[in-house]
This record gives sequence, C-alpha cells and structure tokens, in this order.
Amino acid sequence: MAPETQLQLQEASWVVLMRAAQGGDARSYDQLLRSVSPFIRNLVRRYCRDPDLAEDVVQDVLLTVHRVRHTWDPQRPFSPWLASIAARRGIDRIRRASRVARHEVSDEIAIETFAAPAANNESGALHAAETIAPLLAALPERQRRALEAVKIRGLSVAQAASESGQSVAALKVTMHRAVKALRNLVGADKDGGV
Amino acid sequence: MEKGNTEQLIESLSRGLAPVRPLLPPARRALLWLGAVALLFGVIVLSFADLAAFAARFAAPRMALEAAAILLTGITAVIAAFHLSLPDRSTLWRYAPLPPLALWIATSGLGCLQYGLGLGPPGDRTGDSPHCFAFIVGVSVPLTVLLYAVLRRARPLDPLPVALTAALGVAALAAFVLQFFHHFDVTAIDLVVHMAAVLCVVAIAGASRRVLAAGG
Repeated sequence: MAPETQLQLQEASWVVLMRAAQGGDARSYDQLLRSVSPFIRNLVRRYCRDPDLAEDVVQDVLLTVHRVRHTWDPQRPFSPWLASIAARRGIDRIRRASRVARHEVSDEIAIETFAAPAANNESGALHAAETIAPLLAALPERQRRALEAVKIRGLSVAQAASESGQSVAALKVTMHRAVKALRNLVGADKDGGV
Repeated sequence: MEKGNTEQLIESLSRGLAPVRPLLPPARRALLWLGAVALLFGVIVLSFADLAAFAARFAAPRMALEAAAILLTGITAVIAAFHLSLPDRSTLWRYAPLPPLALWIATSGLGCLQYGLGLGPPGDRTGDSPHCFAFIVGVSVPLTVLLYAVLRRARPLDPLPVALTAALGVAALAAFVLQFFHHFDVTAIDLVVHMAAVLCVVAIAGASRRVLAAGG
C-alpha cells in the first residue's frame, strides 16, 4: 500500500475514534491513545535524544490531549491538531529540562560527591531504607502515596497525578509538603537521639 | 520513563471517560461574543451619547476612517484571540490586528498634525485626557473578564498571545465607544493617552494570562 494511502487510512481511523471518544466511548479512546502514541513518540524523538525524557514528554502530550480533547473540531483533520499539541508540549518540556539541567545537580551526583559517603555503601543504603520506612508510614496518606508513586515506584509526576486524580501542580505541592514533613521527622528523630 | 508507564497512563485516562462537547468554531464564538458586546454598547450609546454631534464629527472622511480602524482593530483582535486559543490554528493570527492598529495610529496621527504639537483646538477640551484614560481602562477591565471567561474554555496551551490579542481587542472596542463621547478631534496628547490606556490594559491582561491556561 502506498504510504500516502496508509496515512489517509490512519487519519480516517483516528477521526472516527476521536469522534467516539468525544462522545464518551472509553474503548475507542483507549484504542486511539494506543494508536497515536508511536506517532507522538516519533515526533518527540526528532528533537529529544534522551529516551527517558522523550517518554516523559509522550506522557505529558497524552495528558494534554486528554485535557483539551474538546478543542478538536470533528469537522477538521485530527493529525495537525495532535502534532501541534505534541510540538508545543515537547518544546516546553525540553526547554524546561535543559533549564533544570543548567541550574541543578542530579541527586546521584550530589550524594556521591558532597552529601553522604555512606550513601554509596550498600549497608548504609539498607540502614537508610530501614530508617525511612517508619518515617514514610508517619506521613499523611496522601503525601505518602505521592512520594511512593514517584520516588519508589518510579512513575512520572504526570502519571502519578493522573493515578491519584490530582493535577500535576497539586501533586507537586503534595510532594513538596511530604519532603518537608519528612525533613521535620528526620530532625525530630535526631533530636530524640535515634 | 518506561513505555509500560505510558500504557498504564492510557488505561487510567480511558477509565471512566466523560463525554465532552466540542467547542464551536472560533469565528462563530467570536461573533457571538462580539454580538453580545455590541448589544450592550448599543444600549449605552443610544441612552447617553449625543448622536447628532457624533454624526457631524464623522462626516469628515478622516474621522470616519479613524473610527472604522479602531472598530476593525477591536474585531480582528477578538477573532484572533479565539483562533489563538486553539492548538491547531495558525500562530499568524497574532499579527491580524496589526494592520488596522497601524491605520488607527496613522489616522489619529494625521489629526494631531493638523494642530502641530499643540494641545488641539481651543475651547472645551483641556484636562479631558485623564477621563479618556479612565474610560478606556474602566470599560476594558470588565470586558476582559467577560472575554477571558469564554476564552479559558479552550485551555490555551500558549496563553500569552491569547491574552495580548484579547486585551488589544477589548481596549480598541472601548476606544471605539469613547468616540461617541469624545466631541473633539484627537490631539497628540489624546493619542498618547489612548495608546497608554491600551498598553495598560494589554499589560494587565498579559500579567493575568495564567487565568486562561487554568481552563474552565
């Protein structure tokens, strides 16, 4: 089949699925998001070589598509709408990531180089895990779940936000509060001679 | 992040999907909003303006052209804001209000040249500029709130151009209505004051652009 025909068929199928999704058909929506993910991934990888960051951007684009799905006009083509969201979100995220990279040091480097030599030591890490578990348990459930989702289970912030039914901004605030509460708990433990 | 996480995300997004009503085309939404505002302004003008004085003033082609340019700036900027609020519309819409804006400045500037750099014709107008400023800003701010209420439904991905064109639109519409109560030619000072008021409205809207992105 000629590539043009294949693209036309793909576009026609996306239009049908998106119309059904706007009407609330969850199965069509699931099918649509699975079908567009490789298209988004290809677009994003054109200007983002880091596969982790690229996958994060793909997830961000999917979340944005979900948030603004009412802005697609069923009388217009679907691909340009999707490509425009992918380009804008992708460029935003990559700019943000490079800004962060310019101004921040990643945790692993910080721990290895500056903070705690014991953190490079396996027994030290085990001890840290034993120490952190009761502290995590002492956090309010919402904060504990946010930290566990992102820092332990390795979900992206976007995915953890979706899973918990919060906005990305709200999840970031919850995580910030959780880290602050943990810091206070660690301080209290030290004061208490633990 | 891993692809497995993306699969989980898709599942969580699809679960319990709510139906949505697609937005009307942007030009139609803009015209509906402009129609409602025209109705409001029509009532105000018919109730309070001296229409005979307005007609006499705008019999001169330059004055008529100036008023048309101001109105056109307002209409094109509002239509542009509705287009820019959507992800798949051309970003060139941000330049659409510039030609009528240039015509507005040029025709007002021509009027100023008639009086040199002076304060304009003698008589009844000294000290009116602060009122013009207050009128444009005072009318534009509530109009901006009304326009934002409609525009934010699109949850614009890039809210700054939407905010700026929306603000230019409402400020130009306010300046157009001002023409019905401005019974004298525009002088250099008036032009500067009108433009300062427009810039003030645009700056306020630009600073509050995050309201648009939050969605409604």
